Amino acid sequence: MIALDQPFLWNVHWAAPELILAGFALGAVVIGAWGKDKAAGFLSGLGAIAFATAGVLAFLWSPELPQYLFNGALVVDGFSGLAKAMLGLSAAATLLIGADYFAATRQARFEFPIMTGLAALGMFVMVSANDLITLYVGLELQSLAAYVMAAWRRDDVRSSEAGIKYFVLGAIASGLLLFGASYIYGFTGSVRFDAIAAAAPTSEVGLLFGLVLVICALAFKMSAAPFHMWTPDVYEGAPTPVTAFFAAAPKLAAIALLARVLYAPFDGLTEQWRQVIFALSALSMTIGSIAALMQTNLKRLMAYSSVANVGFALMALAAGGQQGAATAIVYMAIYLPTTIGIFALVLALRRGGLHVETIDDLAGLGARHPFAAALFTILLFSIAGIPPLAGFFGKLIVFRAAVDAGAVWLAVVGAICAVIAAAYYLRVLSAIWFKPPAEPVQQAGGAALATAAVASALIFPILVIGLGTLERWATLAASTSF
Amino acid sequence: MPYEPIIVLAPLAAAFIAGLFQKQIGDRAAMAITTGSVAIAFMLSLYVFAELTWFGGAPRLIELFPFIDVGGFTSTWSVRIDTLSAVMLVVVTSVSFLVHLYSVGYMAEDPHRARFFAYLSFFTFSMLALVTANDFLQMFFGWEGVGVASYLLIGFWFDKRSANDAAIKAFVTNRVGDFGFALGIMAAFFCYGSIRFDDVFHAAAQSPGMMIGLDGFQVRAVEAISVLLFIGAMGKSAQFFLHVWLPDAMEGPTPVSALIHAATMVTAGVFMVCRCSELFELAPYAAGMVTIIGAVTAFFAATVGMAQNDIKRVVAYSTCSQLGYMFFAAGVGAYGVAMFHLFTHAFFKALLFLGAGSVIHGLHHEQDMRNMGGVRKPMPTTYAMMVIGTLALIGFGVPGVFGFAGFYSKDAAIEAAYAAGEAGRIGGELAFWAGVIAALLTSFYSWRLIFMTFEGEYRGTAHDAHAHDDHAHAAAPAGHHADHHDAEGAAPAHESPWVMLAPLLVLATGAVFAGFAFAPYFIGESADTFWRGALHIAHGEHHHPPAWVVWAPLAVTVLGFVLAVFIYLLNQGLGARIAAATKPLHAFLAHKWYFDELYDAVFVKGARALGDLFWKGGDQRVIDGLGPDGVSAAARFSSRQLRRAQTGYVYHYGFLMLVAAIGFGGYAIWVGMQGGAP
Repeated sequence: MIALDQPFLWNVHWAAPELILAGFALGAVVIGAWGKDKAAGFLSGLGAIAFATAGVLAFLWSPELPQYLFNGALVVDGFSGLAKAMLGLSAAATLLIGADYFAATRQARFEFPIMTGLAALGMFVMVSANDLITLYVGLELQSLAAYVMAAWRRDDVRSSEAGIKYFVLGAIASGLLLFGASYIYGFTGSVRFDAIAAAAPTSEVGLLFGLVLVICALAFKMSAAPFHMWTPDVYEGAPTPVTAFFAAAPKLAAIALLARVLYAPFDGLTEQWRQVIFALSALSMTIGSIAALMQTNLKRLMAYSSVANVGFALMALAAGGQQGAATAIVYMAIYLPTTIGIFALVLALRRGGLHVETIDDLAGLGARHPFAAALFTILLFSIAGIPPLAGFFGKLIVFRAAVDAGAVWLAVVGAICAVIAAAYYLRVLSAIWFKPPAEPVQQAGGAALATAAVASALIFPILVIGLGTLERWATLAASTSF
Repeated sequence: MPYEPIIVLAPLAAAFIAGLFQKQIGDRAAMAITTGSVAIAFMLSLYVFAELTWFGGAPRLIELFPFIDVGGFTSTWSVRIDTLSAVMLVVVTSVSFLVHLYSVGYMAEDPHRARFFAYLSFFTFSMLALVTANDFLQMFFGWEGVGVASYLLIGFWFDKRSANDAAIKAFVTNRVGDFGFALGIMAAFFCYGSIRFDDVFHAAAQSPGMMIGLDGFQVRAVEAISVLLFIGAMGKSAQFFLHVWLPDAMEGPTPVSALIHAATMVTAGVFMVCRCSELFELAPYAAGMVTIIGAVTAFFAATVGMAQNDIKRVVAYSTCSQLGYMFFAAGVGAYGVAMFHLFTHAFFKALLFLGAGSVIHGLHHEQDMRNMGGVRKPMPTTYAMMVIGTLALIGFGVPGVFGFAGFYSKDAAIEAAYAAGEAGRIGGELAFWAGVIAALLTSFYSWRLIFMTFEGEYRGTAHDAHAHDDHAHAAAPAGHHADHHDAEGAAPAHESPWVMLAPLLVLATGAVFAGFAFAPYFIGESADTFWRGALHIAHGEHHHPPAWVVWAPLAVTVLGFVLAVFIYLLNQGLGARIAAATKPLHAFLAHKWYFDELYDAVFVKGARALGDLFWKGGDQRVIDGLGPDGVSAAARFSSRQLRRAQTGYVYHYGFLMLVAAIGFGGYAIWVGMQGGAP
């Protein structure tokens, strides 16, 4: 239990990663005010370092026992440390792969690293949230930054459309969240997770109703079907580095947050909420896999792919308990580099001076740039779940978690969806290797290509070899946190 | 820094360099790098062996790094050094080194030499990884690695249809065995929770009565695991039922046959059975199966060997037969004898293959013995080497005095079988008689090979020889055969270059002395201190077999020699007449007991019929049949519908979100009303 009589700033040193991010964002505003857009490059570099530092610090310096901050509003533990490491590194990678894109499209503005930093801060708060208010604040901080990022190309109608769509629908989701939170508060008398757990929630209609609405709102944030409708449109409209960011970090933050909300406070209602997660998972996998079949736009395709992958992560969550949390984290740890790597490759390639957008734009890549094509192959094979790449093991442990939770049918649905999804990943590969090039593809953006290479190296062989270690970390983190 | 991993990794690095950078570094450098790396491995292996055997080195385990570490299943890349692996290290690296050297001459004209050497080195690496494994998974990795290398090397001349067919046949047949092996590993993990050799053996010894099976059908776990593992060994070591690929594998270049299909890879099965001797000792029925399959193979392959005319196929069936000896020795519990025969066999069989390769090379790629004869004069060194190899193979030697290498190991195998038969082990008596009869046949077909090839008059034509020379790359240096045209009755052959003869001389030394020198260690009085627990050694009272058992192999060997002299040396043409007189029998043997035909009828045609069923019945009728274009149309249709739902209007999206929220909320209310039951 948390002692409320502690001074407000007691234990504040555990918030060092968050303070780094906040400090960076505030400092960058000042630097930007003086340096204007010429500072964009410098701030991007500084931001990447700050995000990576914050993430790595959060992981290396995570406490053995959960530490409560700000009178119990935040909790810092092994689970949040692991999640923050991945979030920080993803955000840093976004800045790296985006720098070249923004320079080429003359969009390099100094606010971008600031917005990314604020979004990262929001996500850090999300994964450390220990009450419903913190949860909401973190979520909104991340979302508001994300709305702005989606509409980054103000002169581009699709980008503006993406921003406004995301904002309006996000507002509905926030409404659902607050509505649900009010029920939970009303029926338990507290907003703090441990107090909710201590109130020994029973299957009161109102409490369940509130919980389900909170789940719905979080499902929107991670774009789980049927709350995914915004995803393809926003992904397509937003600038590609922003899309890469959306496809990676916020999903992990939402998954981690969902784990926190579901496991500790509502442990007693596992059987009830599990059915909802099952449904979300099955719908996400099915819709994500089938809808992508007919897509020609790479970003829309990746949008549906992210929907399907969230379905898999939810399947792990549904297993419940430490195994569920650990498996979901490991799955996301494999998903993040894969998706960032794919977007980095998309950003590193151009055709006729424009960034590649469609599958056909990649035709003939294998003959011209075998290295980039090989990286594509590794990443797409991995996300399709083909052994011995890391993606295969990710799916394997998720299926195991589902079977252990007694949901064999869900694992079967997942396996079928994985087969269907393989079809569209392979379609991209067939364009890369077997289609004759219409117009040569150029390779640009060294940083993006390097990021993709690092991501591929993570997928194979580093994460494959290190899978056991990663699982142990995740299990350890989950065991101290839940 | 331990040096032992270098033995395994040096050939890998060489294969990598020679394989990927052959264009940059050229053929010569590729050959030098691969041969040099194997030479290093050979030197270090000799050191390891000597250190273990004479200088009091201890068995040890070098763990490199984890391979798989997932949910209680761990496998570690490691180099396990004990007597068993040290023996294999010496066998593998020595033969591999000599074969590399030999290939420099044999493949001199081949435009793809670099690729060839890269494959050879890759094979060597895989084989070394196999023998130094400390758990079943690394062994399986090496097992599959040598399988791939074997496939690539059999089909090395990929523009030759028959070579491709043979490569695929070898690979597919091995899949059958590998499936058994993989099941065995899984069963071991399932029963004992580990795949490390020591853990498995220990656990099996702790609970020998453990049962495994489906509800009604229960067998002892250790029996099931041993049988499954042995099925893997049957595939790799070409034992009866799964032997069909080995003779066809002779389509590969001859050095490959010597290295892979005589001395090393095909003995992997024997090695595996010996490595798992602790398991087989607990499983009398599985061991009996090993004995019986080995005995049948020894006999079967020897009979077929009598009726073959391709020089390499004769040696191939002889290999098959000798592998049968090794297996029945292992099956009756004489693992040391099995390893000893493996050890000596590696020398003389590699010698025979490389000698045959020398003949083939000298005759411009003529392989049919009916077109040979009179090769002794132009190729005296090769002739001498082949005779030494033959003497070693037939196990010539006088008990108590001295013998060639095969004498010590083969006679020990036969005696062990006799003793096992006396002691009532399953299949012991069968193995004894099969061993004796096979020894007669071995002597007969070996001398037949020598006489048909080297003696008599040349039966081919000099110009015909060129017609057979279908590998333009392997043409001998120009102008060489003019030297021999004047020799009456002698073949228009030429002696091979020193780079090919030197390995023969080294191997011949081994074929003469390896048995005499090492018998005390492998099977004699020093066996306990030599093996040091690396394999199971039976400790019972050591009673000597009766004299007739000791002398029987020598008697039948001499008998076989006399028969061969009579038929092929003194009465030219008698062999063909006997064949004509016993037509059905000869056809039965010449067609290898009709195994290929049988398998073609059952498996090939059967698989094709099954494929037709799934294709026409399953795919076309069911999957494509549901509606126009079936399942794929359904998937595309739903995809299009989902895309239509993606209207782009915010109010549609918002509406759907609210509907879904109401749906889930309604579910929550319903569950709440039920009192919490989902």
